[in-house]
Amino acid sequence: MPSLKDLKNRIASVKATQKITKAMKMVAAAKLRRAQEAAEAARPYSQRMGAVLANIAQAVGADDSAPRLMTGTGNDKVHLLVVCTAERGLCGGFNSQISRLARDHARKLLAEGKTVKILTVGKKGFDSLRREFASLIIERMDLRDVKRIGFENADAIGRRVIALFNQGEFDVCTLFYSEFKSVISQVPTALQLIPAAAPAATTASSGAAAAVYEYEPDAAAILSDLIPRNISVQIFRALLENVAGEMGAKMSAMDNATRNAGEMINKLTLSYNRQRQAQITKELIEIISGAEAL
Amino acid sequence: MADNFNFELVSPERLLLSEKVSEVVIPATEGEMTVLANHAPTMTTIKPGVVSVKDAAGKVSRYVVFGGFADILPTGCTLLAESAIPLNEMNKAALDARIEAARADVANASNDEHKSKLEQFLNELTQLNGIVVPA
Repeated sequence: MPSLKDLKNRIASVKATQKITKAMKMVAAAKLRRAQEAAEAARPYSQRMGAVLANIAQAVGADDSAPRLMTGTGNDKVHLLVVCTAERGLCGGFNSQISRLARDHARKLLAEGKTVKILTVGKKGFDSLRREFASLIIERMDLRDVKRIGFENADAIGRRVIALFNQGEFDVCTLFYSEFKSVISQVPTALQLIPAAAPAATTASSGAAAAVYEYEPDAAAILSDLIPRNISVQIFRALLENVAGEMGAKMSAMDNATRNAGEMINKLTLSYNRQRQAQITKELIEIISGAEAL
Repeated sequence: MADNFNFELVSPERLLLSEKVSEVVIPATEGEMTVLANHAPTMTTIKPGVVSVKDAAGKVSRYVVFGGFADILPTGCTLLAESAIPLNEMNKAALDARIEAARADVANASNDEHKSKLEQFLNELTQLNGIVVPA
């Protein structure tokens, strides 16, 4: 049975923890709002990009002039997994969900006898994948010093991936991130970056328009300029979704922690009061029985 | 008065501008071009430069863009810029930082084709330096 003083100390410490988790929850909520805004602001660009890409891809067609980033190397031997996770923990199962998806994918590819290379973005993914695939991780990128993810960050990753592809380091590239569905639900997602699946032409009208487009310089040149950019845009979108998801997950994790701390404080206070009452009764009995004995 | 058309200036971070305009000057890779309403459908890449937009009331606003491409249709024009900043928010330090980064890229370029592309980009950036920042 803990003493009164012990109980008092424990209550104080749980209260302090609760204050911290509450503050973290509020910080996460504020950051979530900003992250959501950023994700929404980035949406028009990627939508337009998709539409334009569909148009040009259609115009260029599947002839040999299509860049290799789109057609792939023709092989399916070496896979590059780009795993985007958060830099920090304390956000429930957010990071482990992404790394689990990546791990399952890697295991499946390895079982099929393929070569797997891993590029991690974010510290947490690196930490958890290092245990099993330390030898497969070819590079890690940190975004810890980045306060607000800008397109430059995504572009740097995108260019690195393309450089690796041009050096013939891999055939297929898959991006792992967490799609932001809502504050309480983030879905880990795998997206194939290279070879880029040609987006289907959206409507018949865009198909008609594509036929009369003038290209300056020619369509193939634009396409080869566009596809690397599209890869960066996809990564950028993934990073933004990740930030929003991380903050959402952190918010609900911290909300749970605050609630648990509250429950714990109630329980501890109850036993503290009970024990104090027991002690008072004991002292009274001692006084009364001492008086009676006289 | 000239016809108006929809013009959108989008960067990956946000939608900078979406309104009815009468005239837009775009720094296309193969020379500057002015877009008016009912332009033939054109797709072009753009180089670092200044986009100037004349809105329906005839007011001109200018933006600095760093590469990207434009999708022009008779009914509207969409400019997808890699990065875009209103001209009056642009300062020399930011531009110098970009030029520095471009120089580093040139130094690191692995093959000649890539290198010449980057050198061109650097050249365009340096030219921009004279336009944007009054000497």
